[in-house]
Amino acid sequence: MPCQNENNPVVFAEDLTIRKGPTLVLQEITFEVNRGEMVGIIGPNGGGKTTLLRTLLGLIKPSAGKSALLGHPSDRLGPVREKIGYIPQSRTYDHRFPISAGDVVRMGLYSSRTLLRPLKRSQKESCREMLDIVGALHLATHPFGDLSGGEQQRVLLARALVRRPALLLLDEPNTGLDPAAQQLFMEQLHRLQQSFGLTVLLVSHDITSLAACADRLLCINRSMHIHGEPQQVLQSPNLKKAYRCSYDLLERASACEEEPR
Amino acid sequence: MIADMLSYGFMQRALLAAVMIGTLCSVVAFFVVLKRLSFLGVGIAHTAMGGIAIGLVTGLNPFWCGSAFAVAAALATGDISRRGRLHEDTVIGIFFAAGMAFGIALLSSFKGYYPEIFSLLFGNILSVSEAELRLLAVVMAIVLLFIGLFFKELLAISFDEEAALAGGLPVSPLYFGLLTAMALTVMVSVKLVGIVLASALLVIPAATGYRLSRNYRTMFLLSLLTGIGGSVGGLILSYFLDLPSGAAIVLFMALLFLISLLYRPRTA
Repeated sequence: MPCQNENNPVVFAEDLTIRKGPTLVLQEITFEVNRGEMVGIIGPNGGGKTTLLRTLLGLIKPSAGKSALLGHPSDRLGPVREKIGYIPQSRTYDHRFPISAGDVVRMGLYSSRTLLRPLKRSQKESCREMLDIVGALHLATHPFGDLSGGEQQRVLLARALVRRPALLLLDEPNTGLDPAAQQLFMEQLHRLQQSFGLTVLLVSHDITSLAACADRLLCINRSMHIHGEPQQVLQSPNLKKAYRCSYDLLERASACEEEPR
Repeated sequence: MIADMLSYGFMQRALLAAVMIGTLCSVVAFFVVLKRLSFLGVGIAHTAMGGIAIGLVTGLNPFWCGSAFAVAAALATGDISRRGRLHEDTVIGIFFAAGMAFGIALLSSFKGYYPEIFSLLFGNILSVSEAELRLLAVVMAIVLLFIGLFFKELLAISFDEEAALAGGLPVSPLYFGLLTAMALTVMVSVKLVGIVLASALLVIPAATGYRLSRNYRTMFLLSLLTGIGGSVGGLILSYFLDLPSGAAIVLFMALLFLISLLYRPRTA
């Protein structure tokens, strides 16, 4: 297992296997993500992408294999949790929760180290700063539930980045966004990745915009179907096998989904 | 007229109990509504019937037996539902009915006269003793201390548990702490409104606040006002209209909620 070192991978998975009862959810997934890389995870629904992210974060115990983030095994991430930013799928939070955008960003600073301690003035200031960086400072006092999907995603991005993480994990951040908002979000993410020197691991169904930003793509449907540079993955016959349809069809389906109704 | 009412020692104690339980319930209700645990409150109150029945037939303190049952039911519900095999409401539905059934079966097997059962089912705040007020104060202090110390963390897990967990918050201990606080609050509320209506106090104040506010700070304050105002208002109503205190308190709180529906729809 790697330890924290400049040359070691930021994300490491080796023969990661997950079973839920008799069902094999993930089978022998092996990959690495290096410092400063943006890697996209694609694959059909139910292919195990979210399970993979949750396993890397230590929220699911693997049946076999091992994984590590920032040199720490996934089941003992305590010391590096503050260096990991995470945006879960949008269905994990309550959209009608009575809370302002600014308060949502503050939640990004809560950890076992802030237990029994109020946030310091400097920490509250860093929340405003991060909202400013993602272009959402003017939304700080707005109810989170009143924001558009794109604005909510920017606020959640600020929440994930307010700790100044070294690694950012995102699970389908584009879900429910229109094409323009998807593109804006991806461009902003790419810009922030470059300026903060972030390592990014991103699950998305939006293959086209992911291919434009990511250094590498992993295509997963229970097992790893293909792994490589975006063009290499998109032209691979294994992509067709994973999705059980061609990339052209995927692109068209994606475009249909994106057309305003 | 209010001065006449307060000239009685039992009314002074009842008023103090109403203020304390109104405060306690509205603070706990804030998280019950945000974390969508309303049905769990109903389940805990009814499951406690099994423990109360054990207390009545064995001569042990029914409050402590009921509390032990309520806490065990709350923690077991949380644990079983967290393992992901069954939904929370399914587990509560089973415990709810089983707890009541166990209590009824036990009381009918050990034939005897249990005059306390009526006040436990429907509450009788007018009979609250000084010892019960002290117990209420202790429970209130413990629960409010827990919530006060971990308010921001409880808020974070209510909003987005997955992100809180990944961020390093001790989600399970906080969640089970909240369930224990709920169970203890339900048990002290039984004195005020009884098993049948106790869960209402864990929903109506915060639901009223939720309805009228767009920010959790305002929601918290409105929940507190509804909880205390509803308890005290209902008690006064029960005195002047000669109504059972538990029913009057719940009806008065429900009236406040209905007024909130007329005021402004929540559009978020």
